[in-house]
Amino acid sequence: MSFVPGQPVIAVVERIEIKKLRHGDNLILGFSIGGGIDQDPGQNPFSEDKTDKGIYVTRISQGGPADEAGLKMGDKIMQVNGWDMTVVTHDEARKKLTKKKEDVVRLLVTRKTLEEAVKHSKGKYPRP
Amino acid sequence: MDNESQYSGYSYKSSHSRSSRKHRDRRDRHRSKSRDSSSRGDKSVTIQTPGEPLLDAESTRGDERDDNWGETTTVVTGTSEHSISNEDLTRVTKDLEESSPLECKRFIGPALGGCLSFFALVTPLAFLILPQVLWRDALDPCGTPCEGLYVSLAFKLLVLLISSWALFLRPPRATLPRFFVFRCLLMVLVFLFVASYWLFYGVRVLEPREKDYRGIVEYAASLVDALLFIQYLALVLLEVRHLQPAFCLKVVRSTDGASRFYNVGHLSIQRAAVWVLDRYYSDFSVYNPALLNLPKSILSKKMTGFKVYSLDENPTNNSTGQSRAMIAAAARRRDNSHNEYYYEEAEMDRRVRKRKARLVVAVEEAFTHIKRLHEDEVASSPKHPREVMDPREAAQAIFAPMARAMQKYLRTTRQQAFHSMESILTHLQFCITHNMTPKAFLERYLSPGPTMQYQQQNGRGRQWTLVSEEPVTSALRQGLVFSLRRLDFSLVVTVTQLPFLRLGEEFIDPKSHKFVMRLQSETSV
Repeated sequence: MSFVPGQPVIAVVERIEIKKLRHGDNLILGFSIGGGIDQDPGQNPFSEDKTDKGIYVTRISQGGPADEAGLKMGDKIMQVNGWDMTVVTHDEARKKLTKKKEDVVRLLVTRKTLEEAVKHSKGKYPRP
Repeated sequence: MDNESQYSGYSYKSSHSRSSRKHRDRRDRHRSKSRDSSSRGDKSVTIQTPGEPLLDAESTRGDERDDNWGETTTVVTGTSEHSISNEDLTRVTKDLEESSPLECKRFIGPALGGCLSFFALVTPLAFLILPQVLWRDALDPCGTPCEGLYVSLAFKLLVLLISSWALFLRPPRATLPRFFVFRCLLMVLVFLFVASYWLFYGVRVLEPREKDYRGIVEYAASLVDALLFIQYLALVLLEVRHLQPAFCLKVVRSTDGASRFYNVGHLSIQRAAVWVLDRYYSDFSVYNPALLNLPKSILSKKMTGFKVYSLDENPTNNSTGQSRAMIAAAARRRDNSHNEYYYEEAEMDRRVRKRKARLVVAVEEAFTHIKRLHEDEVASSPKHPREVMDPREAAQAIFAPMARAMQKYLRTTRQQAFHSMESILTHLQFCITHNMTPKAFLERYLSPGPTMQYQQQNGRGRQWTLVSEEPVTSALRQGLVFSLRRLDFSLVVTVTQLPFLRLGEEFIDPKSHKFVMRLQSETSV
């Protein structure tokens, strides 16, 4: 999940679709985010590379829409509905996630276990 | 080490008592040390009489003993450290024997320099007086201008006299092995100068009996001016040039690794050596030969290994392979001498601390027994007669209770050679006289002081040998190494050049110091 500045970021991602839940007047997703290019990356407990200023999922409320969709704590969000989340400020990220007109957010998230799973599965197949 | 008998440390420990083993170890240590000290020389050669007698740790006296060797040792290229200033012309004949009636030789130098400067100072006066004495009547009368010149001449001579006294008439500190180049240069310059002036005077004034007295006075005044300038040159060359630091000297004592760094300016090797020795006496802790080596019992373990001798004339491959295997097996066997060393060190520390605690308590208690008698206190009522003592008696009175603790402490820290009972008593008397606390009294014994503290003042001075691969009048430069040797240890000096500093400038606007908080927000969506 570390990146080289100037090079394209390559990651194994999982597509997660979360339907927003109506809670009173608000549409909520049921998780909290942390991080952003205006934040201090050293204090992020979930990132491997402590200079990573991406958006991370810091908390998931039990039984909420995010939890049901399969989002896990510590996931890094790469895209939200096609919008890039790797180089955004904290507030921009929040805005992209809480658009009132959208009912559904389609996230591309990455986590370490995905990479490992792919590597693992790669290893099993005999080389062509 | 082949001719030392090998004994296994274990049997030693078990069969002999601890103290006798220590005593034996100490003796063995000194024996090996004296055999190992050999003479080597690059430029200077020192010959020593074979080994010192088996030194008991009790009788080792630091530097003091070396001076007594002067009478019985023959030293080639001895250089004594103290004495003589502008001597160097006499150094052409190097003295091969260092004998005690060296005193007169020290003062030849200053005498020579003194004569030369006396000669130089008297010359202008002679220039003025001679015409007056010899052909007074024929001289042109010379009024006010001459008197003005007389006054200026007098003051300039006075200034010359005072500054010569201040700069050059100081007791000299060292004898250098070779000419002190700058000093010789200056003396030669002064001599040539004055001689040429006399020559000119003789030819142009004395011969034809010159009548123009004012010219003569001006001539004398010009000589004094020139002497003042030479003195300025001397000041710059001898005193000022070496003040700006240019080199860093690292001085390491060869026996125990005590080291210091000093910054010096541009000096020749011999002057730098004198400079270092000046600092050595006050910066380095005193050399204590009793504190040097690891106890034999620890080192000897290493020596009991396999020794493989091959008795065949043509050793086959098999046997060498076998012996190699045996040696490898011996090496792989666990070597525990470091363990022993560690525990012995810890034990030693503990012992020293215990003794130190006892000593401190004993001294504190002893000091409470006496107090100073003030003048206004009434000398004694018949009911409580108090004996009034002078410091010496007071010291003797309170010495007894602390003597034992002191002696034990000194033995544990191996310092007993440096402090005799007499010296401790004198120091105690000194401390009592100056109202010092027990802690101040003990400061001298709790930490080894600089060598200067243990010096006895005798006129003969300390003998050091400068060993160097370069000629000793050459200037210091990067990478030079020379050493200063004494009979049982030496100081190795390495020269490094101080780095050239490129100082840049950066201006910071005082209004530009601004700060923000670090953000770490978490938003729930």
